Amino acid sequence: MTLILGLEGTAWNLSVAVVSEERVIYEAESTYKPEYGGIHPREAAQHHASELKNVVSRALRGAEGEGFSLEEIAAIAFSQGPGMGPCLRTVATAARALSIYLKIPLIGVNHCIAHIEIGRWQCGTKDPVVLYVSGANSQVLAYRFGRYRILGETLDIGIGNALDKFARYLRLSHPGGPKIEELASKGTKYVYMPYVVKGMDLSFSGLTTAAKDALDLHQHKKEDICHSFQETGFAMLTEVTERAMAHCCKDEMLLAGGVGANRRLQQMLKTMCHDRGARFYVPEAKYLKDNGAMIAYLGLLMLKSGDTTPIEKSAVNPNYRPDEVEVTWRDVE
Amino acid sequence: MEKLSEETLMIQCAEAIVEIKDGFVYKRRIEKRYRVKEIDERIRRERTKSEAKIISEARRKGVPTPIIFDITDYELVMERIEGDLAREVINDAISERIGEFVGILHKNSIIHSDLTTSNIIVSTDNIIYFIDFGLSFIESSTEAKGVDVHVFFQSLRGTHESYEQLKRSFIKGYRRTFPNASHVLKRVKEIERRGRYVERK
Ligand SMILES: Nc1ncnc2c1ncn2[C@@H]1O[C@H](COP(=O)(O)OP(=O)(O)O)[C@@H](O)[C@H]1O
Ligand SMILES: [Mg+2]
Repeated sequence: MTLILGLEGTAWNLSVAVVSEERVIYEAESTYKPEYGGIHPREAAQHHASELKNVVSRALRGAEGEGFSLEEIAAIAFSQGPGMGPCLRTVATAARALSIYLKIPLIGVNHCIAHIEIGRWQCGTKDPVVLYVSGANSQVLAYRFGRYRILGETLDIGIGNALDKFARYLRLSHPGGPKIEELASKGTKYVYMPYVVKGMDLSFSGLTTAAKDALDLHQHKKEDICHSFQETGFAMLTEVTERAMAHCCKDEMLLAGGVGANRRLQQMLKTMCHDRGARFYVPEAKYLKDNGAMIAYLGLLMLKSGDTTPIEKSAVNPNYRPDEVEVTWRDVE
Repeated sequence: MEKLSEETLMIQCAEAIVEIKDGFVYKRRIEKRYRVKEIDERIRRERTKSEAKIISEARRKGVPTPIIFDITDYELVMERIEGDLAREVINDAISERIGEFVGILHKNSIIHSDLTTSNIIVSTDNIIYFIDFGLSFIESSTEAKGVDVHVFFQSLRGTHESYEQLKRSFIKGYRRTFPNASHVLKRVKEIERRGRYVERK
């Protein structure tokens, strides 16, 4: 059987997985936890460097434990970007070494597209409009003429970073998103926040400022502020997603990326899809956050279409955009 | 002979229902259940107001748009323009005149945001009207204008065989009314290379 080993480490989660055409066979991970504040790229990269050997061998031993032989591994896939430079470089170096040592091809994959493809695989959705929301990214995408096109995106920071920034201001520990969600669920009063949608694009930086002001200047309860923050930011995302679905005439939508675990966001999107007669899909939480399985799975798709990465083309790209990738594994529509 | 009751036409899109009846167009922004009432009502009210404002602003600058008769919380009542959608009748001469008007919009920093041949009507008396300013905003950046023009080209590419020629005619008109046209057209090329934005209906 064809197996792929996938390495993911674009941010704070280092994750390695073995995947076959049928299923995710084994996953191992190690998460960097900053002592204070947000992620320090250099520290995260050091964490990955010191944990890589351990996590890779746990994944390999895990696959053996499931009755597979390491001979069956046909390629090494790794996140080529987007992500934090030092982290990307650390993981890419390990991937190159493994590829040379095992004498199997290397496959550099786009992290964002990996989120999309594992979602399509796990949920069985064919051609959805995708809302991809993570720390640094907030994009609405759809497959068109051989590429994943970006229909709309944030003009400044990603929704995840906006949430994390406010969470730090509230002195909540990293990652702040889930803690904001918890507080928000206890909020009842809506406090004014700027709702900025320009055409199909969004802006979130004003949300953080407004939230700080609501706390310091107007002394609103933090539960109410978190509630209002989420309601505003998520409504913007849902609106742009709906507009993209109308424009592309697509009746499926897929949620991807770490912020996708937020239940209120899921609920809004589900309601929107329901009201327009469309279907809403979201994979299990472990495939929403950064994971090695999605990297391995996209690697598998690319390997099958003969799309491998020679070492000299394996440099990382911290700003790798999904629409730079020519999609070789899907039918041109 | 007098027609007793004209047909009512209803069109539903992502955020509004458009009803055409007795020579009037009623555009009503519909409630979205996914967002809290405070946001929903505010947004629908602001957008309705802003659309009316930009429609009138565009007309003041010399771009034909329907006259607004009434504006309530979530609904605009405007003049019905009799004619054909540009999508059905566009030719080089019309494309060039569209270019002139878009040039005027951009000279005045009005970004339409949904420039397609379905949002332009060629009236029976041969005037080119722009409609659907629901996503429009005021911004002077080259990027915003570039995206605006790019969206228009994409809409041509999707629906018209003589795309290249229509595009050239548009550019001719656009340059005529808008002194900064070259900058924006350069940006359009860049946006095309970036591969951003899918073509729209
Ligand atoms: N003033 C008008 N006169 C004639 N037809 C109109 C007018 N406004 C809208 N329409 C028709 O309704 C359609 C949808 O209206 P539009 O304002 O473009 O809303 P939407 O946001 O739904 O696209 C247009 O494509 C056009 O056919
Ligand atoms: Mg329209």
